[in-house]
Amino acid sequence: MSAAVATSGIKVQQATGGMPRHHVAIFIALLAAGIVAPFMLYPVFVMKVMCFALFACAFNLLLGYTGLLSFGHAAYFGFASYICAYSAKSWGLTPELAILLGTAAATVLGLVIGALSIRRQGIYFAMVTLAFAQMVFFFCLQAPFTGGEDGIQAVPRGHLFGLISLRSDFTLYWVVLAITLGGLLAIYRIIHSPFGQVLKAIRENEPRAVSLGYRVNRYKLATFVLSAALAGLAGSTKAIVFQLASLTDVHWSMSGEVVLMTLIGGLGTVFGPILGATVIITMQNYLATFGAWVTIIQGIIFVVCVMLFREGVIGVISKWIKKPL
Amino acid sequence: MFELLGIPPQALFGQLLLGLINGSFYAILSLGLAIIFGLLNIINFAHGAQYMLGAFVAWMLLNYLGINYWWALLLAPLIVGITGVIIERLLVQRLYHLDHLYGLLLTFGLALIIQGVLRNQYGISGLPYTIPSQLSGGQNLGFMFLPNYRGWVVLASLVVCIATWFVIEKTRLGAYLRAATENPTLVSAFGINVPRMITLTYGFGVALAGFAGVLAAPIYSVNPNMGADLIIVVFAVVVIGGMGSILGSIITGFSLGLIEGLTKVFYPEASSVVIFVIMAIVLLIKPAGLFGRTA
Repeated sequence: MSAAVATSGIKVQQATGGMPRHHVAIFIALLAAGIVAPFMLYPVFVMKVMCFALFACAFNLLLGYTGLLSFGHAAYFGFASYICAYSAKSWGLTPELAILLGTAAATVLGLVIGALSIRRQGIYFAMVTLAFAQMVFFFCLQAPFTGGEDGIQAVPRGHLFGLISLRSDFTLYWVVLAITLGGLLAIYRIIHSPFGQVLKAIRENEPRAVSLGYRVNRYKLATFVLSAALAGLAGSTKAIVFQLASLTDVHWSMSGEVVLMTLIGGLGTVFGPILGATVIITMQNYLATFGAWVTIIQGIIFVVCVMLFREGVIGVISKWIKKPL
Repeated sequence: MFELLGIPPQALFGQLLLGLINGSFYAILSLGLAIIFGLLNIINFAHGAQYMLGAFVAWMLLNYLGINYWWALLLAPLIVGITGVIIERLLVQRLYHLDHLYGLLLTFGLALIIQGVLRNQYGISGLPYTIPSQLSGGQNLGFMFLPNYRGWVVLASLVVCIATWFVIEKTRLGAYLRAATENPTLVSAFGINVPRMITLTYGFGVALAGFAGVLAAPIYSVNPNMGADLIIVVFAVVVIGGMGSILGSIITGFSLGLIEGLTKVFYPEASSVVIFVIMAIVLLIKPAGLFGRTA
């Protein structure tokens, strides 16, 4: 099934040269929605959705397109947010430098953990990444600079390039929108590059990819690092938006949440994780007062998705209209 | 009293005992994971939640029905095991033809549900479970004080682990099980009901987790999060040991518990991450795990 989708994707791409028309339309619609949204909704909420959409898309690059289930993606998301928050608060870096530094930290972390984790496959890979993420969690709990249970609070949003104050949610919004769209376009580019095609080949049949002469482990590691870096970009941006870096973002339940977002939207679809992130964040927003019910409902959604709805919302739609989304 | 590297022996042996107790839980839980993985090819993420469920069932039996610890030790694993059988029949069974990752995701969802429900009902502060009167008190061994209950936990875990090893490696039933792990199609061709065996195996693995939960109830307070962090450490234990060998899981579990205990004495800051560090080293040197077969 997914192989068929992937191949038809190549055909569409070749027929029109570059981005297929319906993808262009969706990106324009997303941009339009992004421009209208802060006038209709609370900007901080929309920024949160955008950060998680980027996070989920970064995760999907690994699971959906390479077939690697990392169960510890919170590590890159959360660690980056700590580094970003610390450098903005204690060193007084401007927000764009703090975000870059956070992303760089996630990249290095992804390189180290990825290099170790890809030594095991399948189910072990998931367990190894989860265990390393837990190690990062304990590090963040104990390290002197992270503030332990309190996290790093009151992170200054600062001035973009030292010039534009980001104190207003509205100003910050456009920066976050630009970062998110930039990240999404980068992921889109990666998926539809020759490199991305090799990734799909690895997902569909790893021994075959090896026999064709691809150094599979290099591709896996490169994707792992890219995915960690983009997750770090999302985490750093979130730290600036909420002016906070906390243990929630490195905890294993966050790793589970990003899996859920991707699963609900559709594994291996370009736009699925964006929808999944929107659904989950909105749900959390409305159910926040019900405490543990959020966990129960997330668990139920997990079970339902795995049992009955493995293609996800966008996956199903893509099947209906017979076009890859 | 003598001192070892500036550490008083009470502290050293106390931590070693604590490490041995943690090791008991690692051993029982990784054993259950290994048995389930061997036959079902899924990683049971709900294992931690089922361990916690075992502790809760024991607590409920005592507080609602007045059933004491010794009966709970028998009944709670049975009840948890039956819920496992139901879960396997209703849900897990339908995923065998899919990628193994779906089994992991399903059981993760189940773990969230079990934890959420109990957290809603009982909060996260933890419920006390008193040590049964027969096992209260302790022995003065000269170099340390050994609480009876802690000695019992280590002993009971060892017995259960060895009994499981014996059943799987030395009996006819175990031979069927090992054969079905290697080649289920061939075994069912010999007239053995493999689907039923798979269901019961899952039930047994889960019951082991429930048993560990009952053992843990009087030591740690009974709370909905007690399994969540533990299971991640157990995953690391499983990666270190490799899931190929039953005896391997047991040895790895106990020795990692001891190493963790020693780290607590000599370098407490690292005690929560030492197992993960060992995992990284094992991945570098012997990626298949200490007792694992290269797949």
